[in-house]
Amino acid sequence: MTTADKPVKIAVRNLYKIFGDDPASVLPMLSDGIDKADIQRRTGHVIGLNNINVDIKAGLITVIMGLSGSGKSTLIRHLNRLIEPTAGEIEMDGDDIMAYDSGRLRALRQTKMSMVFQKFALLPHRTVLQNTMLAPEIRGENGSASTEEAIKWIRRVGLEGNEDAFPHQLSGGMQQRVGLARALTSNAEIMLMDEAFSALDPLIRTSMQDLLLELQQDLHKTIVFITHDLDEALKLADHLVILKDGFIVQQGEPQHILLNPSDP
Amino acid sequence: MAAYAGIFDLSGLREWCDAGKTKSLMSLRQLKGEDPAWWEIPFPSLDNLHKACGSIPQTRDFTAWLENGFLAIRPALRVVLDPLTQPLSWALDGALTLFTTLPWWCLVPLILVGTLFSSKSSRITAFVAACFAFFLFTDHYGYAVQTLSIIFVCTVLCAILGVPTGILMSKNDTAQRVITPVLDMLQTLPTFVYLIPLIFLFKITEPKLYGLAIILYSIVPVIRLTNLGIRLVDRDVIEAANAYGMTARQKLMQVEIPLALPNIMAGINQTIMMSLAMVVIASLVSAPGLGTLVLDGINNLRLGVGFVAGFGIVLLAVILDRVSKAALARVDESRKI
Repeated sequence: MTTADKPVKIAVRNLYKIFGDDPASVLPMLSDGIDKADIQRRTGHVIGLNNINVDIKAGLITVIMGLSGSGKSTLIRHLNRLIEPTAGEIEMDGDDIMAYDSGRLRALRQTKMSMVFQKFALLPHRTVLQNTMLAPEIRGENGSASTEEAIKWIRRVGLEGNEDAFPHQLSGGMQQRVGLARALTSNAEIMLMDEAFSALDPLIRTSMQDLLLELQQDLHKTIVFITHDLDEALKLADHLVILKDGFIVQQGEPQHILLNPSDP
Repeated sequence: MAAYAGIFDLSGLREWCDAGKTKSLMSLRQLKGEDPAWWEIPFPSLDNLHKACGSIPQTRDFTAWLENGFLAIRPALRVVLDPLTQPLSWALDGALTLFTTLPWWCLVPLILVGTLFSSKSSRITAFVAACFAFFLFTDHYGYAVQTLSIIFVCTVLCAILGVPTGILMSKNDTAQRVITPVLDMLQTLPTFVYLIPLIFLFKITEPKLYGLAIILYSIVPVIRLTNLGIRLVDRDVIEAANAYGMTARQKLMQVEIPLALPNIMAGINQTIMMSLAMVVIASLVSAPGLGTLVLDGINNLRLGVGFVAGFGIVLLAVILDRVSKAALARVDESRKI
């Protein structure tokens, strides 16, 4: 099966995000084609995202690549509405998540989405096992089944024997393995990874990439991966999206982009 | 002639001014009929204007008006405050009776076990034991225990009231804007000033009089540091909690309070130290304990009594500080990032 045949899991349509006091007033200027620097100088508003259209397909790794400030972290936070868009639609399995109230949104975050962070964002006062069990615990599943599930994933990411350690006792690479185990334990179909391996040194980063690819062969999760590293993007991506200054420069299969770059 | 009389004469207010006027004494200068030179003109303060125009109140009338106003609302205030603060009296009375009726061979070991449990340090426990031995040998033990029981009750109440207030401030910017000036005022008001309105409100024999003074004075740090601690919780961790769908309540109980705990504990440490400072002053309004001995030393110029009691207060302060700091350090240890 090629990438084109897979069903669309998350569809992002005409998404805009403008930071400032009165974002709605700036929206028409964008459609007039005035550029980012000009708008910032004239109105003091910063363009975060400019007319983003992406189909994120089920079971694939979609990599969003761009330099810092290109809006990639802003984009991934729109997928679970940690940031509210100025305009646009986000559909998940055909369901408009912009229409969700806070209760449904919370349920969505608890069951359908997990997230891995650049700075790990583990709870420092909890052990590895307690951190890993975060998602089932939030859902109110505190039974032994959750514990077994958590221990299974701790083993799978190679942290066996560290269940009772605290995060500050672990190295950066091991902490991010906990972050990964936490995301996997939630059993969500979608994993959002925000520069998950950027804070790690190159050797550990490579081994984490291998671990992710190996896991993905069994799990076939829908993964949205953010990075600023081209090598990492090419290694992981089934579908590559390149962002610059808040708009999409090019998207498609990584091989295709590499051979036909639209922006030199 | 008074300095500003001319103005009232010219503006046609003389009649209003002189209504109800009584003949007042004249100064020597007025008797001699000399007018003051123009450079001696005083600032148009209430008192000076009063000289020119009898209907303008003097400054002392203003303070009297404040006092009368306070006396007028006093019955209404008492109806509200009396039942509200009555539990404070019971708690203070209860703690005082409990701590002073427990025999020394029972209470001292209890305190030592509590110290060992909260600090997990044998050195600090030995120090506390030495201090209590000093109190017992010098017959200051009873006073020290009274002071301790007052501080105990007031600190517990400060924590119960202060931590939720701090949480409210951290969650709500409007609450922070409203409460911060109140805290500033409570912190800068001279300690004696707390006692004045309270003396008017409550009977001087009631324990809640000094209890309220101590709580008002020492609750500030725990509120401030709880607010600060929660606001300082790592944004990334909060984002992770949101991304996994925590409710506001789960976030507060499982993330924010545990991560702010070192700051909250530091606030409670400061609260203990401030209530110790206030409990000495509160001996002016019948708070029992070591402060009464200090007061006796001042009133009767008994240097020795005041000195030993003062040293006892220092010892208590060191004990309370070390024990609460040791507990704080233990919390810090397990929460390193």
